[in-house]
Amino acid sequence: MSLDLIAQLQTRERTGAGCVAENGFCPDWIADNWDRYVDPFWEHVVLTLASVAIGFAIAFTLAVLAHRRRWLVPPVASFTGALYTIPSVAFFFLLQPLTGRGFNTALVALVCYTLLIIFRNVITGLAAVPEEAKDAARGMGLTDRQLLWRVEMPLALPEILAGLRIATTTTVGLAALAFFAGAGGLGAVLEEQPFFRSNVVVAGGLCVVLAAVLDLIILAAQRALTPWRRAATA
Amino acid sequence: MSLTLAFLGDFGGAIDFIFQQRDSVSGGVQIGGLGEIGDFGAEHLKVSAVAMAGACAISIPIGLYLGHRGKGEFTAVTVSNVGRAVPAVVLLYFFIAYLGIGFTNVAAVLFLLAVPPILTNTYVGVRQIDPQIVDAAHGIGMSDMQVVRRVRLPLAMPTIFAGIRTSAVSVVATATIAPLANVQTLGEPIVTPQTYGFEGQLGAAIVVTVLTLFIDAGIGALQRGVTPKGVKLAGESPEKRRWFSLPTRRREVAT
Amino acid sequence: MPPTNTDPEEDSSGGVAAATLEFREATKRYPGQDESAVDHLSLQVPAGEICVLVGPSGCGKTTAMRMVNRMIDITDGDILLDGTSVRERRPATLRREIGYAIQQIGLFPHETIADNIATVPKLLGWSKDRIRARVDELLELVSLDPHETRDRYPAQLSGGQRQRVGVARALAVDPPLMLMDEPFGAIDPINRERLQNEFLRLQREIRKTIVFVTHDIDEAIKMGDMIAVLQKGGKLAQYAPPAELLMYPKSKFVEDFVGSDRALKRLALQRVKDIDLWKVAEVRVGEPEREARAKLNDADISIPLLVDDRGRPLGWLSQEGLAGERVQEKLRSKAEPVIDLDDVLRDALASLLVAETQYAPVVDASGRVAGVLSLEVIGHFLHDAPAESRTGAELVEERE
Repeated sequence: MSLDLIAQLQTRERTGAGCVAENGFCPDWIADNWDRYVDPFWEHVVLTLASVAIGFAIAFTLAVLAHRRRWLVPPVASFTGALYTIPSVAFFFLLQPLTGRGFNTALVALVCYTLLIIFRNVITGLAAVPEEAKDAARGMGLTDRQLLWRVEMPLALPEILAGLRIATTTTVGLAALAFFAGAGGLGAVLEEQPFFRSNVVVAGGLCVVLAAVLDLIILAAQRALTPWRRAATA
Repeated sequence: MSLTLAFLGDFGGAIDFIFQQRDSVSGGVQIGGLGEIGDFGAEHLKVSAVAMAGACAISIPIGLYLGHRGKGEFTAVTVSNVGRAVPAVVLLYFFIAYLGIGFTNVAAVLFLLAVPPILTNTYVGVRQIDPQIVDAAHGIGMSDMQVVRRVRLPLAMPTIFAGIRTSAVSVVATATIAPLANVQTLGEPIVTPQTYGFEGQLGAAIVVTVLTLFIDAGIGALQRGVTPKGVKLAGESPEKRRWFSLPTRRREVAT
Repeated sequence: MPPTNTDPEEDSSGGVAAATLEFREATKRYPGQDESAVDHLSLQVPAGEICVLVGPSGCGKTTAMRMVNRMIDITDGDILLDGTSVRERRPATLRREIGYAIQQIGLFPHETIADNIATVPKLLGWSKDRIRARVDELLELVSLDPHETRDRYPAQLSGGQRQRVGVARALAVDPPLMLMDEPFGAIDPINRERLQNEFLRLQREIRKTIVFVTHDIDEAIKMGDMIAVLQKGGKLAQYAPPAELLMYPKSKFVEDFVGSDRALKRLALQRVKDIDLWKVAEVRVGEPEREARAKLNDADISIPLLVDDRGRPLGWLSQEGLAGERVQEKLRSKAEPVIDLDDVLRDALASLLVAETQYAPVVDASGRVAGVLSLEVIGHFLHDAPAESRTGAELVEERE
């Protein structure tokens, strides 16, 4: 907590009056102190987006490899599943001997959480491509690579993006705990004044809004990239 | 090289913390050792169990009813989506700020966390049962209650347990931060580094991890045990069901 | 690669002429199985002809077809496309030269119809304009409206429409050879017949070499210029044109597979005008009785047929009609059914049976009597080899 803020609070406490003193929900205070949340908010955003991006890159690659080598699926699924089960807070601490405190620790942990979700969805999406479309594609002369990128990937896209949505909203939630790893974020602001309702509502609200906005963005992308599904139901 | 040694050293200290009492960082108090860990663990399991019991008691019957009747798919999906969007920690702090601290409030938060996966999975598990089987059951002359109890429930078991498993893992993981609301679970050393030190934090982290993995594996075994043998033989393994936690719409297969 | 086939015909679009295809002891064995899937299959498909592979399920017909474009690898023997072994070609490039249409069609759900059809042209690097023109041309060829269809998605079309798009897609780069695996199998019988007829009409225009797989012997007889009957274990039981297959089945298996009604099947391939009809005595009202009796001497049937002044049949004359000096209009029975010269023999037979009569007058397009068809005539036809054997394709073509 900054010294300014402590001073401010102490002043208010001494006067003993007002919304803030009662830890209530105070729109005035919120309007005045809006900029407290800006930095943590962006920290949160950066952490989320970086984790999802890296996690996606890794999990997607693993899934593409495992798509043609089915024997890879159970071990990868089990490993990413185990990572997923480790409680995030604990994970932040287990990593600290290796990566210290700060952004990197949170990043590694959050990346690990996205792996299972994305891997699972990419594999399921690819597996759901109709057999006859693949047979026709091969029969017409598409190479395996062309088949993967021109036929299987587009058709697997809805499932992949669904996984991306889940991964993103989950990561927003987990990033709220990143302060345990010393990585800031909206959770840190929450923790500073857990009894102050204004603080909780703003910080918590921003978290939820961020999750919702990212979710909608990916949903919009999904709609835009899959025109044939809209046509089918039209 | 030094990183590796330091890494080992920290873990060594953490293991030591788990098993042996020592002085706290600030001095004056004895911390660590199996006794204290056991107390924390008990509290951890207690608050988790209460939340899970409540969640199951509410979600499973409602999920069964809605699934059987076929109503409320939209609600089930929305509940699930909203549940994902609101992070556990935000919910916890919300409760702390508005309702105060204490065991009941933490249990309430964990309860709210546990409901969406169980409710959704119960609903989906029931919906996904082949309608012809249900039809046949009605045709033989089973009453509604009997159909639910003897046909829908057993066949939906694997999916329901997948939901319970997901919830349990979430709950136990989130119970780690319960000390923020004054409930002293295994997270206590983590949130009070000034008393417990880094080795304490790490030790607690290890215990929590092991506990969660254990519970996950345990429920997984339970899930397999509860899957009717015929279903297992048909290839509907619990492993596949585990990957569910959301309803999926039946894919449109267009040629 | 210059086509080495002997058929000088080029298809209407001026593209590559049809290729010849040869199976040379082609064999497919799967590890761990005693019986081969395809066992030393040898046959030659002339350019521009439809060769139907037909047989019970498990006989290897689909396997044999898929060996041509190397979707299934050849264990032994060879398959030669225009004289070149397919084993020497890179699978992907080979397949781009061969049209491929499968039962479930396999259109790409995520692409428009136009993009679906343009798949191989795009692979070969055709220009956008050329592709667009070709897509429109192909859609018209399969009786679909280009403007309406090209921007739709497969899910928006009916099953029959998708089938046509599948054929169009297979024809996209005007390949010298086409492989079709039960392409009409997933369609209801009414539309299937329509599609079969349209396809035969199309083939008259484009004259492609086609390998067509079906399990339906009736479809085989209708569609094929040459039919290869395969039996379990991938062995060739007989390879012959349809009429020869029906008349001279080489083994009990072929006989059984073709069906005990193979005689009737032959009738489906023949028209009334193709066989020798009985001569009949056509008499008119008021004709001198002596003339009428003279005509009877010449006729093959002992009952005179009363016709009007335009030669159209009125009925079979009774004894009383010939009693007096001149022919009177006294009929023993009406001249029903009346068979048309263009009728397919099987339908004519059905008419005779339904009317419970052994013979009926046959008329030409203007309604004039041309002769009499009787069960005996049909029986004679079935006994003797016809002067020329017909195919289902020719039958359809004449119908227009």
